[in-house]
Amino acid sequence: MELIALIVEAGLDTALDVAPLIAIVLFFQVVVLRRRLANPGRIIVGFVYVTVGLVLFLIGLEEALFPLGKTMAAQLTDPAFLGLAEGARAHWLDYGWIYVFAAAIGFGTTIAEPSLMAVARKAGDVSGGTIRPWGLRIAVATGVAVGVGLGTVRIVTGVPLHYLFMAAYVIVIVLTIFASRSIIALAYDSGGVTSSTVTVPLVAALGLGLAANVPGRSPLLDGFGLIAFACIFAVIAVLGFAQLSSALAALRRRRELRKGN
Amino acid sequence: MNAPADTVIRAGRSAQRAFERLKRNRAAAGILSFTGLVLGTLRDLAPIIAVVAVFQVAILRQPFPDLGGIIGGLVLVMLGLALFIKGLEMGLFPLGEGLAQGFALKGSLVWLLVFAFALGFGTTVAEPALIAVTDEASRVAADAGVIAAGADAMEAYALGLRYTVAVSVGVGITLGVLRILKGWPLHYWIIGGYIIAVGLTFLAPDEIVGIAYDSGGVTTSTITVPMVTALGVGLAASIRGRNPLIDGFGLIAYASLTPIIFVLVFGMVF
Repeated sequence: MELIALIVEAGLDTALDVAPLIAIVLFFQVVVLRRRLANPGRIIVGFVYVTVGLVLFLIGLEEALFPLGKTMAAQLTDPAFLGLAEGARAHWLDYGWIYVFAAAIGFGTTIAEPSLMAVARKAGDVSGGTIRPWGLRIAVATGVAVGVGLGTVRIVTGVPLHYLFMAAYVIVIVLTIFASRSIIALAYDSGGVTSSTVTVPLVAALGLGLAANVPGRSPLLDGFGLIAFACIFAVIAVLGFAQLSSALAALRRRRELRKGN
Repeated sequence: MNAPADTVIRAGRSAQRAFERLKRNRAAAGILSFTGLVLGTLRDLAPIIAVVAVFQVAILRQPFPDLGGIIGGLVLVMLGLALFIKGLEMGLFPLGEGLAQGFALKGSLVWLLVFAFALGFGTTVAEPALIAVTDEASRVAADAGVIAAGADAMEAYALGLRYTVAVSVGVGITLGVLRILKGWPLHYWIIGGYIIAVGLTFLAPDEIVGIAYDSGGVTTSTITVPMVTALGVGLAASIRGRNPLIDGFGLIAYASLTPIIFVLVFGMVF
């Protein structure tokens, strides 16, 4: 019974995502463009694949990973697990495992994020192989791991959100100024897609649970903001990795040149 | 050569021939390649499985509850992911590119911008993740006394927030498409946008800041992202002088930035 409810819910959620998209595309295709799509049958089959695939994906996540991840977030933030006395004020280092868990789960969920796979694939196609999809995804996931990890530290220590946002944005702006033009748009796009189907439910549960359990934090002020952190650090990571790899390539070229002489 | 080894080699060769014949058969080849795709998703899921397993066993020291259910769920996740990836190449990418070509051939700027806005607004306003976030936000806002605790006030707040985000995504995609057409450099826009966002952060009430920055991330759904990406890349590819890599990406970046600004303003007005 529970499974059927789950299937209905996941199906409904996905249908709500797909229906407006189909309606808009059909309207413009038929009324405005008045042009037949090349190979409509294949596109329809592809659409069915995507929709069914997402439904299965969501059901599987709800069945396997989300309950476990959410329980773990709750257990890790529980004062009893941390070995704290009733009402004692914890040092921020007492929450060490939470930071590790947050970073690791941020990395794992980002690698499994379907929309990032889509963007990475497209980037691989368009760049003619100079951008490797798997490398891009690892860069983004590393950024998300740092972002979510720092975000949980922030929830525990209570540093105001806007100071950290500003610091992160200054880094983004500086990196953008020095970055090569071909990576900038892709870096910002990857930041935007890091947080969707897989990452948001787990990370949001972690943030809200943490804010509810740490004394003196409010879920509204402190629980939100984790996802935004993940996004900014994903941008920083992609720009940083691009910078690093082009610097390394330049170094290698210089060394080869010297060897050639 | 001794007889048993010979038999083994012959058996191996005939198995290989059977396998080749199987590969030539189209249906069987499809199943084989799909199985490969399904197994390939293990690589995508390995990190998350490892994290959960290590923490469960080594740090929390708890037994796995309902191991059968977890494995069943993982199989569904793998199947779903494989279907999704297959459908991307068959359906969503060609659709986005086809639309981009269609608009480029039609040459009507107004209709293209109307389409961009409709796409951003329409796919966001009914997005389940956004509805969940705005409901949550209205609940916490009522708890904090920002709005009256009644159901009406909360519903109005959640609905207002939802439309604000949907309009902002529409505006974001529209601006992004305009940028591809004009070839404006992305970084001035993004840096300018972030400076506005940071400036507004000082003026907006504290309660809205976290929600504003989070709403930038949750707005674009898994189905919309591939289509929008293909649309942008397709537009850049069909306009002379545009580079798909430099100019084609960036639509999602706009769609994640405008909600931050709009929601901060919403928090100041509401």
